[in-house]
Amino acid sequence: MIYKAIVFLPLIGFLIAGLFGRQIGAKASEYVTSGLMLIAAVLSWIVFFNVALAHGEAGEVIKVPVMRWIQSGGIDVEWAFRVDTLTAVMFVVVNTVSSLVHVYSIGYMHHDPHRPRFFAYLSLFTFAMLMLITSDNLAQMFFGWEGVGLASYLLIGFWYKKPSASAAAMKAFIVNRVGDFGFVLGIAGVFVLFGSISFETIFAAAATYLPPEGSPEATEVIVNFFGMPLDKAGAITVICLLLFMGAMGKSAQFLLHTWLPDAMEGPTPVSALIHAATMVTAGVFLVARMSPLFELSPDALTVVTLIGAITAFFAATVGLVQNDIKRVIAYSTCSQLGYMFVALGVGAYGAAIFHLFTHAFFKALLFLGAGSVIHAVDGEQDMRYMGGLRTHIPITFWMMTIGTLALTGVGIPGTMLGFAGFFSKDVIIESAYASHSVVSGFAFALLVIAALFTSFYSWRLAFLTFFGKPRASADVMHHVHESPSVMLVPLYALAIGAVLAGVLFEGYFFGHEYAEFWKGAIFTLPENEILEEFHHVPTLVKWSPFIAMAIGFVTAWYFYIKSPSLPRRLAESQKVLYEFLLNKWYFDEIYDFLFVRSAKAIGRFLWQKGDIGVIDAYGPNGIAARVVDVTNRVVKLQSGYLYHYAFAMLIGIAALVTWMMLGSSI
Amino acid sequence: MTDWPILSTVTFLPLVGVLLLLLTREDGPYGRRNILNVSLFTTIFTFVVSLFIWFGFDNSNPGFQMVEKHAWLGTGISYHLGVDGISMLFVILTTFLMPFCVLASWESVQKRLKEYMIAFLLLEVVMVGVFVALDVVLFYVFFEATLIPMFVIIGVWGGKDRVYASYKFFLYTLLGSVLMMLAIIAMYWQAGTTDITELLKYGFPAGMQTWLWLACFAAFSVKMPMWPVHTWLPDAHVQAPTAGSVILAGVMLKLGGYGFVRFSLAMFPLASEYFAPFVFTLSVLAIIYTSLVAMMQVDIKKLIAYSSVAHMGYVTMGIFAANVQGLQGALFQMLSHGIVSGALFLCVGVVYDRLHTREIAAYGGLVNNMPKYAVAFMIFTMANVGLPGTSGFIGEFLTIIGVFRVNTWVALFAATGVILSASYALWLYRRVIFGALEKESLKALLDLSAREKLILYPLIAVTIFYGFYPAPIFDATRASVDLMVNNYSAALQAAKDLALNVH
Repeated sequence: MIYKAIVFLPLIGFLIAGLFGRQIGAKASEYVTSGLMLIAAVLSWIVFFNVALAHGEAGEVIKVPVMRWIQSGGIDVEWAFRVDTLTAVMFVVVNTVSSLVHVYSIGYMHHDPHRPRFFAYLSLFTFAMLMLITSDNLAQMFFGWEGVGLASYLLIGFWYKKPSASAAAMKAFIVNRVGDFGFVLGIAGVFVLFGSISFETIFAAAATYLPPEGSPEATEVIVNFFGMPLDKAGAITVICLLLFMGAMGKSAQFLLHTWLPDAMEGPTPVSALIHAATMVTAGVFLVARMSPLFELSPDALTVVTLIGAITAFFAATVGLVQNDIKRVIAYSTCSQLGYMFVALGVGAYGAAIFHLFTHAFFKALLFLGAGSVIHAVDGEQDMRYMGGLRTHIPITFWMMTIGTLALTGVGIPGTMLGFAGFFSKDVIIESAYASHSVVSGFAFALLVIAALFTSFYSWRLAFLTFFGKPRASADVMHHVHESPSVMLVPLYALAIGAVLAGVLFEGYFFGHEYAEFWKGAIFTLPENEILEEFHHVPTLVKWSPFIAMAIGFVTAWYFYIKSPSLPRRLAESQKVLYEFLLNKWYFDEIYDFLFVRSAKAIGRFLWQKGDIGVIDAYGPNGIAARVVDVTNRVVKLQSGYLYHYAFAMLIGIAALVTWMMLGSSI
Repeated sequence: MTDWPILSTVTFLPLVGVLLLLLTREDGPYGRRNILNVSLFTTIFTFVVSLFIWFGFDNSNPGFQMVEKHAWLGTGISYHLGVDGISMLFVILTTFLMPFCVLASWESVQKRLKEYMIAFLLLEVVMVGVFVALDVVLFYVFFEATLIPMFVIIGVWGGKDRVYASYKFFLYTLLGSVLMMLAIIAMYWQAGTTDITELLKYGFPAGMQTWLWLACFAAFSVKMPMWPVHTWLPDAHVQAPTAGSVILAGVMLKLGGYGFVRFSLAMFPLASEYFAPFVFTLSVLAIIYTSLVAMMQVDIKKLIAYSSVAHMGYVTMGIFAANVQGLQGALFQMLSHGIVSGALFLCVGVVYDRLHTREIAAYGGLVNNMPKYAVAFMIFTMANVGLPGTSGFIGEFLTIIGVFRVNTWVALFAATGVILSASYALWLYRRVIFGALEKESLKALLDLSAREKLILYPLIAVTIFYGFYPAPIFDATRASVDLMVNNYSAALQAAKDLALNVH
């Protein structure tokens, strides 16, 4: 019952605000949706304590059936909730952040005339996200997957009058669909291999799926995917890669990341909820949930590591030079998601979910803090027109600072002193080093560099926004004000998480209580000993994130506090590199050329030349035209002149006679 | 209830409406109102009666039910009706959509209203007839007869280029049907019967199956329409009045799909297997080609018409995957598409009635003064895109899985439709609905009227209901689909055994 309540309360909120928002008014919509969300959040924590932190048998899963869905031959899927520790963790993340964002939005959106719609969308999103994390089969997961995509689309395009917002919304949906293309095929592949798309059946079958090495079955070709004859291990790899493609789309990984920065067109609470804390982590959740399959495919995991590491690095480089406060945080999100995927790729699923958990708090805090800044300076988002806000909005400043400390991973290695990001990020970096993956060195190096960049751009953001002389117009500076408490209280709550989430839960997620905590919710092979090995990395490795963070901080301080003219000079002297980073490695331009323009050109060509030029011209129109031609000629024959007819007769008789004479002679 | 000839009743009930209309005068103070009321009442009543088919339907029986058989013409051809799990829901779909057609024509049809309604009611008779006919000749008569009312509807009440469009429509489809007639004659010579139930059991020789299959393919692929014989559809849709488009997309395209299932797959399994790669190729081409073409359209109706062709690509692909998921997915996709594309054309009709243009560029920012319309359009757009939670998802999903089991390449290319459909549909939505309201001509537009709500809201409900709870449809189709798939594989197996014995 409690599980149904958690999932359906947001749906009820959505229906009330969505259908009757106009009748009951904005205030009522806000209170109803936020109230229901708060209840769901409290229930989530209860579930977290009952399921995750309580003692229990390994492999214990709670299943709550709801309704029949698709039954077609071997596909037998129903609406049902699967609750285990992984779900419980996600419950907490989603509902806590969502309820805080709901409350925060009451303050942030109070000028907007469309508040019922906004809150309805937020609740719809939460419902879809909950369906995703509670799914007990791949189809329901896909429902949640697409549901959050729809909500994201609606919320990014919330201010529909802005052409840039509707363009960004469309882009987000379509790029996500590229990932879904892989996801759908992955689901189909799972069905072909296992004869089912329910987790229970798949996981049970996967445990004994791979034949022992050396047995004749190990190299036997069992299936042909896309022209490749594959044995069992190969088939699993293909499926995992297809599923991972879905994860890449949703989690904005390298190559499919282009939608995330644009998604910042949406209202800031949306960015905090969807594009930082919850939806974008769905890809991480997917891989963790499918760990029984991914564990069987070292090749797929290598790809995951590789993509994750490249994303972490790439996004951090772009984040260095962005001027829009929200875009910096967006690239930071992208980069942190890369960290999570590296953790997944090296088999440290617990560490990935741990980082997901802590990241939700401090990234939501940063976004909501940024929202508070934007709110204070009258909608300005460009950091070049901020500066010196520290004294005007001190609470926001301190909250943002806590977020920054957590994001950059401040803490003292070897002790339990540190902010949330310190624990989760360092664990990932150490795991990357400790793993036996072929790309472990590469991943480790990129992650450390990314940590340096993270520290730099985070402090750059803080310094540009809060320190130095005010660069906003006097008029704006005159009106700068601290946000109302309805917006600040959520910040406090998130700040507590950003400080404590790491130190409190490290032992559970990726430490001594690992087995007791997860109870088999994430699967690792017996050979996977990353949990043990990451402790035994060299001291220098343990200190590397700290050093990187310190260098980043000092550089940022030197650039933006000590000698603020340096960045400009550097940008001018390294113009090519600067432009390259500022334009996000020119991905948008390349994609526009490769896909958008070419698809349009092909579409136009097929229409004008294919349909009209060939099919119609030679088909119906052609035949009609030929008929007309022939009749026209026949018409010409009937000239009406007697001598024409007489001449034709003569020719005819001559031909006839000739034919008879020749014919008889043969 | 069992003795009552319910299928004949449903089929010919609209004729009562026709009779009443013939007695009505169009001019005079209440003429128009009477005509509309009579038509609406007839179609609603037919729908309600048709629901009894569903209520009385035995889900566990895979064979034909509610069979009626009478000698006809004294030549072995009989008046033979019946429904099974495959045809029954199409009857319901047809009767369900008709009241919406009448409502959609409430104000937009100004001239010759009486004849217009008569044409629609006659169309309903023959369309239902196609689905319930169990004699090939009867089937053929109904199948061909659908052309005439539609030809008239487009040709008389259509847009500017209606004559061109109606002839194109007529010629294309007629060409295919001629070949089908030859096939029917050949089948009669070979099997000595025109009874579909007998023909299903007959088992044609392999060589003959190829020719029969090709002849039937000509007829059904044009109706479907499959690439490259699809070019009549955009023109017909653009020129047809709104209700005509609804029927065209909602029901008439399904005649092709129904024919494929009933004839090609069930009667000629060997040829179906042989030609499956050919059909897959055309289906995939349809999905990719027409999606790309749809993206570049400047006319809303044309865009939706092209998207229909793409969606029908999933249907043909699923049918010839010839497994449970593929076939059931194809059936579901047809039913869902009937509702969703019908609804999309109704949505276009709403703004067309206000502004009398279908050009995308003439619109923009409608969400500002038509929020309810924007919501309805959004829901149907998403259903068209195949978002889970709408009926559009389930068919697409199952057909992709079904075909993946047979040929992964086909599934790969078909799945690109997931991306392309989102591209054209959302781009259309953005250009029509989003943005600021800048065009003067749009500023006075009013949101949905009560009549329009009455049209769109039930369709929204159905779309979402079957997205979340499609079980009634699966239950109704399961037995028949299983039987058909089993027969199909049995026939292939038998042919294989035979080949082995010979060698």
